[in-house]
Amino acid sequence: MSDSVAGRLTAPAIRHTTRWDRLRINRNWLGFWFMLPAALILVLFLAYPLGKGVWLSFTDAKIGRTGVFIGLENYEWLGLPWWEDADGVFWLSVFNTVVYTVVASVVKFAIGLYLAILLNQHLPFKALIRSIVLIPFVVPTVLSAIAFWWIFDSQFSIISWSLRHMGLIDHNINFLGDPNNARAAVIFANIWRGVPFIAITLLAGLQTVSPSLYEAATLDGATRWQNFRFVTFPLLTPIIAVVMTFSVLFTFTDFQLIWAMTRGGPVNATHLMATLSYQRAILAGNLGEGAAIATAMVPFLLFAIMVSWFGLQRRKWQQGADND
Amino acid sequence: MASVEIRDVRKAFGSTQVIHGVNIGINDGEFVILVGPSGCGKSTLLRMIAGLENISGGEIRIGERVVNDVPPKERDIAMVFQNYALYPHMTVADNMAFSMKLRNAPKSEIQARVSKAAGILGLEKLLDRYPRQLSGGQRQRVAMGRAIVRDPQVFLFDEPLSNLDAKLRVQMRTEIKELHQRLKTTTVYVTHDQIEAMTMADKIVVMHDGIVEQMGAPLELYDRPANLFVAGFIGSPAMNFVKGKIRAGAQPSFESDGGGVFPLTTAPQGSDGQPAVYGIRPEHFQLSAAGLPAEVVVVEPTGSETQVVAKIGGQELVCIFRERITAGPGETIRIAPDPNLVHLFDAQSGNRMS
Ligand SMILES: Nc1ncnc2c1ncn2[C@@H]1O[C@H](COP(=O)(O)OP(=O)(O)O)[C@@H](O)[C@H]1O
Ligand SMILES: [Mg+2]
Repeated sequence: MSDSVAGRLTAPAIRHTTRWDRLRINRNWLGFWFMLPAALILVLFLAYPLGKGVWLSFTDAKIGRTGVFIGLENYEWLGLPWWEDADGVFWLSVFNTVVYTVVASVVKFAIGLYLAILLNQHLPFKALIRSIVLIPFVVPTVLSAIAFWWIFDSQFSIISWSLRHMGLIDHNINFLGDPNNARAAVIFANIWRGVPFIAITLLAGLQTVSPSLYEAATLDGATRWQNFRFVTFPLLTPIIAVVMTFSVLFTFTDFQLIWAMTRGGPVNATHLMATLSYQRAILAGNLGEGAAIATAMVPFLLFAIMVSWFGLQRRKWQQGADND
Repeated sequence: MASVEIRDVRKAFGSTQVIHGVNIGINDGEFVILVGPSGCGKSTLLRMIAGLENISGGEIRIGERVVNDVPPKERDIAMVFQNYALYPHMTVADNMAFSMKLRNAPKSEIQARVSKAAGILGLEKLLDRYPRQLSGGQRQRVAMGRAIVRDPQVFLFDEPLSNLDAKLRVQMRTEIKELHQRLKTTTVYVTHDQIEAMTMADKIVVMHDGIVEQMGAPLELYDRPANLFVAGFIGSPAMNFVKGKIRAGAQPSFESDGGGVFPLTTAPQGSDGQPAVYGIRPEHFQLSAAGLPAEVVVVEPTGSETQVVAKIGGQELVCIFRERITAGPGETIRIAPDPNLVHLFDAQSGNRMS
C-alpha cells in the first residue's frame, strides 16, 4: 500500500456502519444500555410482582389452584363503605390503617423534629447520645415487637406492674385486649421505632443550616422561637417532605410490627390492610381476595406520593446558579 | 450613632485565652478598622461587641451603656458577615425587611426604608430575586442593605470583602467608604488586609495574638510604627529589616551584621554599639551615584515603577524606584536609603527607638 496516503483509506477498508453499530455507539442508545441492568432489576422485582398481584386480584385464585378471570368480583365483595353488604372487616382495616398512619406520622414528625433540634445543640457526650437515639431503628422489628408484646402483656406488663406498685391502679391494664388500648399500643410501638429515622435525617438537614444565619437572625432581633419559625423550618421543608413521604409509605404498609404484636386483634381492631391481605390470601388461602385488598392500598399510596411530589418540587429559592 | 468603648476586654475559650486585655476607644461616627493576621482575635472581639460571644473580662460600652449583659438584639448594632448570611429562602426585599417585620413595624415604613436602602446600594431591580440568583458583589450589597435598613448605632463588618474577586474588592472598598461618609454611622470593620485598612479607616487598630500592637490614623502607623510587628505589617511590599549595630559619633551610621554600612541622620543618646534593627521601606530608596553599591538579584518592572531585589552586605533588600532600571541580575547599582525615613528598632524588645 505504498500509494495510500496516511489518513485516507482504500475502498475495501471502509466498512459501512451497520444498524447494529449505530445501536452500539449512538449517544442516546448508550444511555439506554447503561440503564438496562437497573431497568431489568426493577421490572423483575417490582413491576412483575406488582402486575402479577393486580392480575391476581381479578381472578378467583386460591392456594393450589390457578384462578380464572372474574373481573371486579373481588372488589365487589369488598364493596364501598356505604353499601349494605360491604366487607365490614376490610373497611375497618382501612380505617385502622388511616388512623395508624396519620397519628403515628404526625407524632413521629413532632418528636423527631424536637429530638433533632435537641441533638443539634451543644450537648455533653453528643456522639454517644446520637447513637443511643438510633437504637430503636437498629433493633430488628420483630425483636422490638416481641419486647413490646411483653411490655404490653396483660399479666406480666412492666407498665401495669410499675403503676400498681406506685398505687396508681389496682388491676392490670388490658393493653392488647381492649380495641382502643391495642390501637394505642401498636401506634406507640410504631412511633418508638420510627422516630430515630426522622430525627437523624432532620438532624442531618439541620446541620446544613449555616450557624451564621441564626446569628444574623438573632442580631435582627429574632427570639429562639422566631429563629425556628422563620429560619430553621423554611430551610428544612425540602428534607421534611422527603423524610415524611418515606415515613408515611412505610407506616401505611406496615406489617411486621402488627403481626408480631397483635395479629390484627382484638376483634380486628388493629388489622391494617397489609395484615388483612396476608390473612385472607395466605392463611385463608383466598389469593384473589387478598390481592384485591393489597391492590386497594395502591390509590392511597399514589395519593401520598402525589402530595410529596408537589411538596418536593424545588422551591423557587433553591433555583438559580450557586455562583460565587 | 454612638461611641464604643472597649476597656481591658479579655476572652477565653475554655482554658485558652485569645484576647488578653484590649483597650480601644471609638468615637461617634468614626470608621475604625481592626487589622491583624489570621487568628489574632479580630472576629472574636467584633463578635463580643455584637453580643454573639460573651465577655470573659473587662467592659464594653456602646454609647453610655455597658452592654456586657445586654442581649445582641438590644444592643442596636448591625453586622455584615463574611459569608453574608443572607436568608436563602427570602427575596432580597424580605431579607432587608426581616428585622423590621420582627419588630412589627408598619408596612409603609418597611417599604420606605427598604426602597431607600435599595436606592443607596443600587439594588432596586433585584428586590424580587433570591440570594442564589445574585452574584457575589450583589449579595455583598444586600448584606449591607440589611444593615442599613436597621439604621443602627454601630455597623460591624467581619471581613466583608474577602469572598470577592480583586477588582470587585477595590470597587466595594470605595463604596463602603462613600457609604460611611454619607451615613456617618460608627463603624467597626475587621480585615486581615492592610491595604483595606490603610485606604478605608479613620483609625486603624493593629492586633496580634490577642493584644493591640498599635492604634492610630493610617499614615501615623505608616510613618511611625511603634514596633517591628506593625512596621512589617503595614505597607506593601513590607519594610526591609536589617540586623546590626548602631555606630554613633559625628557621622552616625548603622553597620549590618553582614558588613554593610547604612546612613543615619542621628543616633539615639548613648546607643553606640547597641544591637538594633534598621528598617527602611522599599519606596524610600533612591538611585544615587553617592549611594551604597548593591548587587541586583531580580528586577520586576510594573510599568509605573520598578521593583528591584538587591543585595547589600549579603542581605537582600526590596527597593521600589520610579525610574526604569536597565541593570540586569549580577550587575551593581548604587542605591541610597533616605536617612530621614529610616526606622530604628530595639533588637531585644522590637520597640521603636526614639
Ligand atoms: N468558638 C471557639 N472556640 C475555641 N477557640 C476559638 C473559637 N473561636 C475562635 N477561637 C480561637 O480564637 C482565636 C482568634 O480567632 P478569631 O477571632 O476568629 O481570629 P481572626 O482574627 O482570624 O478573626 C483563634 O486562635 C481561634 O482558634
Ligand atoms: Mg475572622
